[in-house]
Amino acid sequence: MRILLVDDEEELVATLAERLAMRGIDADWVTNGEDAILKAETESYDLSVLDVKIPRISGINLKRELEKRNPHMKFIFMTGHGSEADYKAGSEEAGSEFYLIKPLDIRLLIEKINTALNSVGGSI
Amino acid sequence: MSLLQRFKPRFWDYQHVPGGPAKRLVNFPLIWKVSVLVTVAVSLGPLIFITIVDYNVTRRSVESDIMLRTARTVSNIRRSVSFFLEERSLSLDFIARDNDLTALNNTARLNSILMNLREGFGKFTDLGVIDSSGRQTNYVGPYSLLNKDYSDQDWYMQVVKGGVYISDVFLGFRKVPHMVIAVRRDLSEGSFFVLRASLDIAIFESVLSSVELDRLGDAFIINHQGVLQTSSRENGNVLEKVPLPVPPYSSQTEVVEGKDSNGRDIVIGYRYIDKTPFILMIVKKKKALIESWQKTRLELIGFLIGSIILILAVIVGIATYLINRMYLADEKRIMILHEMEYSNKMASIGRLAAGVAHEINNPLAIINEKAGLIKDLFTFKDIYAKDHKLIGIVDSIISSVDRCGKITRRLLRFARHMNVSLQSINLEEVINEVLDFLNKEAEYRSIVVSVKVQKDIPDFENDRGKLQQIFLNIVNNAFAAMSDGGHLDIVAEMKHRNSILITITDDGCGIPETDLTHIFEPFFSTKTGQGGTGLGLSITYSLVHEIGGSVSVQSEVGKGTTFSITLPLKNIKAEGD
Repeated sequence: MRILLVDDEEELVATLAERLAMRGIDADWVTNGEDAILKAETESYDLSVLDVKIPRISGINLKRELEKRNPHMKFIFMTGHGSEADYKAGSEEAGSEFYLIKPLDIRLLIEKINTALNSVGGSI
Repeated sequence: MSLLQRFKPRFWDYQHVPGGPAKRLVNFPLIWKVSVLVTVAVSLGPLIFITIVDYNVTRRSVESDIMLRTARTVSNIRRSVSFFLEERSLSLDFIARDNDLTALNNTARLNSILMNLREGFGKFTDLGVIDSSGRQTNYVGPYSLLNKDYSDQDWYMQVVKGGVYISDVFLGFRKVPHMVIAVRRDLSEGSFFVLRASLDIAIFESVLSSVELDRLGDAFIINHQGVLQTSSRENGNVLEKVPLPVPPYSSQTEVVEGKDSNGRDIVIGYRYIDKTPFILMIVKKKKALIESWQKTRLELIGFLIGSIILILAVIVGIATYLINRMYLADEKRIMILHEMEYSNKMASIGRLAAGVAHEINNPLAIINEKAGLIKDLFTFKDIYAKDHKLIGIVDSIISSVDRCGKITRRLLRFARHMNVSLQSINLEEVINEVLDFLNKEAEYRSIVVSVKVQKDIPDFENDRGKLQQIFLNIVNNAFAAMSDGGHLDIVAEMKHRNSILITITDDGCGIPETDLTHIFEPFFSTKTGQGGTGLGLSITYSLVHEIGGSVSVQSEVGKGTTFSITLPLKNIKAEGD
């Protein structure tokens, strides 16, 4: 299972990736949309955790770009912002079930990852 | 007073505000007064004017009618009296010409003439022949007046001078009121004799009574000295002086107004009867005459007063109704302005909250992950795993971050619902969201808040943001009314199949009855000067109505207040409807 984390806060995604790695989940991270697309072209990811707001490209658009490259990829959105537009877009795109609000609870995140991938892999 | 209060229109208590948010389009009591005054002036002015004109015209016509009728009556009686006297003097003249002195000095002949006169004309008392020396040479009648000497009598001198004489009423030798008609007959040798008849004065009574005179008047005859020649009903008996001034001479019938001896208004009609010493007078009491006028006048005044009352009532009623409608419309306009202002304010607060939450969330998320990583490291590496103190510190950081996260999430959730129109509502969730904001205050003030939401209330479509504002406003008010340690009970239950009843009951200070009817009105505030705008409950009221519900309030001073909100499960009014 490979996961791509995308958020403009490097400190956040880097730490999150490290923590997921400790739980046996192989996670790469990038801090912008362009890097995410490049990564997706070279690597194969099962799932991506995206911030709804990513510089220059929205999380929704990024999801569509990534889907083009890997139609089987699953998505979880996260946001630190509660605007209605974000909420609507995120929950419609990924389903409100896969829409998390920061700060994240690592256990909840893993739970959602497992649900999304419909597998019981990974450890807490 | 309370009745007055009940009928007092809403705008009456309106205080003019020169500026600011509560500024009205117009000064309503002033515009009411001006419109009522102007309308009253233009409608009552002409009415009163016309009524006064009509009053005067009618009065004048009634008065001239009285004058005219009196004059006609006087003329009719005068004609009868003149005719009566002329007829008798002519008949005497005929007798004097038709019989020579010898025949007239024959008592039997004279008696037969008297009988004929009585039969033909009536009212002749006696008949006498007086020679040129003034001695009565023949006499027939009830008195013994034969050989009486009349040469020094005034009437004798008058008839000798004028040829015909009609006396006024006098007592004479017989000491009985009577009058005399005498004619002089010239004889060929330059001598003359006088034929004299005396008449019963009852003749006048018969003439006067033959004229139709209603009870309103008194008809009588006086001589030029003002002595009554006939008895009158109200002005004395025959030969008494009439208690009225002798009217000035006029050749025509005259009608004048005057006053009687008691100072009452009277109408006097009179006529000097030619060739006699008589003045015919008719005296009528004005008060009785204008009785019909009084009735007309009363009707006229009654009509005027009735019209004025009706017009005033209609003007005041319509002006009050219209101005009240204007006032209510203006109130609504201001309400809408304030609602807009209020919802803008709420939207700004929402944006601010969301912005702050967002800005805090990112560093918070980093703290969260870093602390999580530290904990992970401690957990996964044996050297730290047994250091409970370190684990405890990290846990404390994580739980604090969690608390901060909850706060920002709550802010975000609140802000998120601000602009949404319709969405599915779980009532209990909305109530708890609102209470989340007030939990701290409740805790500090030891206010016990209990929420009982009936389990079978289904989720329903409504405006979450508005519902939040409604609950927030009412619960905030309740908190303000309660002292520390109070109780707030929120109960929600199905009212009917299609509506929910939510009651919010506090045990605070309560609202006085006089304020209860006003608390939903804009700008009504008991907290004036303490930051109250008087808009909270009025906005709540309109919000409840906007989402298709209704709100009412019961309160008792010292015991507490209950707000009851009824919300529809369906058929909420569409936005902008």
